[in-house]
Amino acid sequence: MASLVLRNLVKSFGNTEVLHGISLAVDDGEFVVFVGPSGCGKSTTLRLIAGLEETTSGEIEIAGRVVNHLEPKNRNIAMVFQNYAIYPHMTVRKNIGFGLRTSKLSKTERRARLEEVAEILDMTDLLGRKPSQLSGGQRQRVAIGRAMVRDPAVFLFDEPLSNLDAQLRAQMRLEIKKLHQRVGNTIIFVTHDQVEAMTMADRIVIMKDGHIQQVGTPSEVYHRPASTFVAQFIGAPSMNMLAGEAVENAIHLKSGAKINLDLGLKNGLPVIVGVRPDDLHPGGGASILEGTVTVQEPLGPETLVYVDTVNGEVIAKADGRVPPQVGDHVALSADPDCIHVFDAESQEVLTRPL
Amino acid sequence: MYAVNSEIQAASETLPSKHALRKPVNMGQICRWLLLFAGGILMVAPIAYMISTSLKWPHEIYNLSLVPEEPHLENYIYVLEDGRFYGWFINSIIIATITTASNIIFDSLVGYTLCKFRFPGRYIVFIAILSTLMIPTEMLVIPWYLMSQSLGWLDSYWGIMFPGLMTAFGTFLMKQFFETVPDDFIEAARIDGLNELQIWWTVAMPLVRPALAALAIFVFLGNWTAFIWPLIVTNSVEMYTLPVGLSSFGDEADVQWELIMTGAAISTIPTLIVFLVFQRFIIRGVVMAGLKG
Repeated sequence: MASLVLRNLVKSFGNTEVLHGISLAVDDGEFVVFVGPSGCGKSTTLRLIAGLEETTSGEIEIAGRVVNHLEPKNRNIAMVFQNYAIYPHMTVRKNIGFGLRTSKLSKTERRARLEEVAEILDMTDLLGRKPSQLSGGQRQRVAIGRAMVRDPAVFLFDEPLSNLDAQLRAQMRLEIKKLHQRVGNTIIFVTHDQVEAMTMADRIVIMKDGHIQQVGTPSEVYHRPASTFVAQFIGAPSMNMLAGEAVENAIHLKSGAKINLDLGLKNGLPVIVGVRPDDLHPGGGASILEGTVTVQEPLGPETLVYVDTVNGEVIAKADGRVPPQVGDHVALSADPDCIHVFDAESQEVLTRPL
Repeated sequence: MYAVNSEIQAASETLPSKHALRKPVNMGQICRWLLLFAGGILMVAPIAYMISTSLKWPHEIYNLSLVPEEPHLENYIYVLEDGRFYGWFINSIIIATITTASNIIFDSLVGYTLCKFRFPGRYIVFIAILSTLMIPTEMLVIPWYLMSQSLGWLDSYWGIMFPGLMTAFGTFLMKQFFETVPDDFIEAARIDGLNELQIWWTVAMPLVRPALAALAIFVFLGNWTAFIWPLIVTNSVEMYTLPVGLSSFGDEADVQWELIMTGAAISTIPTLIVFLVFQRFIIRGVVMAGLKG
């Protein structure tokens, strides 16, 4: 059953339309991550779901009920904010219990629920503390606890990890994922960090300029991006984009190289060829590009090499033990199965590798 | 071993002597201290004179010496035994307390609304409230008087209190402080199921406690020391507030300064208590503790 359905959601602020008809169905218990650059509309979408903003048009359905005209408190959702928004004048116990203020549970049931949540989040010893006595990660857990205690149909997370340092962020990422596996509620998670999206999501929704660009599993959006935007946004370092032209059953790159790909494209059609740095290696089979190594970034097992070519600078991955040196002239090759071809005009994919 | 010892010795030789460690005399620093000292004297002098005068006999009032020739407590006994003083004291307590409570509630309610709600005309309302700050009390006294007269509030608590139950300054102060309360807190409470009034009271108000404390001190002191309006609106001696009552000690021919100063000295006690109670709430950084890492 779908626990959240968005139908043609439009949002305008004054005369500026920021969401242009978003449609999406999220299954019960699914972990969906909205990802995109700043201003793409992901947080606005979340706020519309929460009821913190009014929709201009379109429909939001939560657990089988259209909630457009319901107050946030009646939508059966809970939200974790970027700044945690835990009340500094209340103890952890009160903060977590705050979400139950309006529930119809008895006092004993409330206490049991609160203690259960505190135990899940490993916060039982901290219940008497004030937020100022907690670390960043602990505060984040209190915020999650306050959301969990209400047992909502949908959890909404608005960039909750962006204020944490890198190490803590990785740890919290894991904790949230484990938590989801344990409690199984539907989660909508907003982030601008593609690593968060890839590591946590069951499905990723990639947004740009108020439009959904692609919806798919992490593997789908990585291996079969629908557009140049998705291709470049997901994966680090970004996919290399090379200008080319369809000529008969092949694609001719600016470098003069010919890639044999029978896509049935119109002769002379301008295309963009996308190759991930992970799929582009110095040496190997038939080379598609040549150039001079300008920068070398050793990562241990592999080394990233920046190569200056006729098609501009590209990034390739070399064996970390014997990487080419700066100044070396290298020929780069790629497996034809890993090559993505996009329409140069629409920027949409023409073929997706299997 | 020898090498280590010699190193220690060498190190101690290079240490500057105690005398050399003392910071050089800084003229700027001295000027600053002198200025602060003068300021301090200027602040303390009237209080010192007030207390000194309250301990003097009438004949030495105009002797500017800070130390009374024969200090005594007769003035205190006289003032405290005078039944009128208690009445004025109670009047002042009632008026200052009610106006303080009223300002805390209504100024913050309006400030919160102007700060956190988006509605047409919000800015105009705010400017209109602010613009009333430019009208001096002296100009308002006559309309207030006429209003009190027609409402039958002359010589009553209502009459004394009504102009100060809400202030533009308090509204402005609270609005500015509510700006520092992140919207996330309010939205989180909204999702948690609180209505707007509950959000204001249980979430927003505790977060602006320092501002409330400051407002309470301002309003209490302002009303405690208010003179012109209470003087005009009251007719009977029983309705006088402390400042008005104290000024009535004596007549045109003979002002009993020692009694006025005694009353004034006693009347500072509640203001000190208010300050001591509220100043501990003025702690910075309360709001930020619930945010970020």
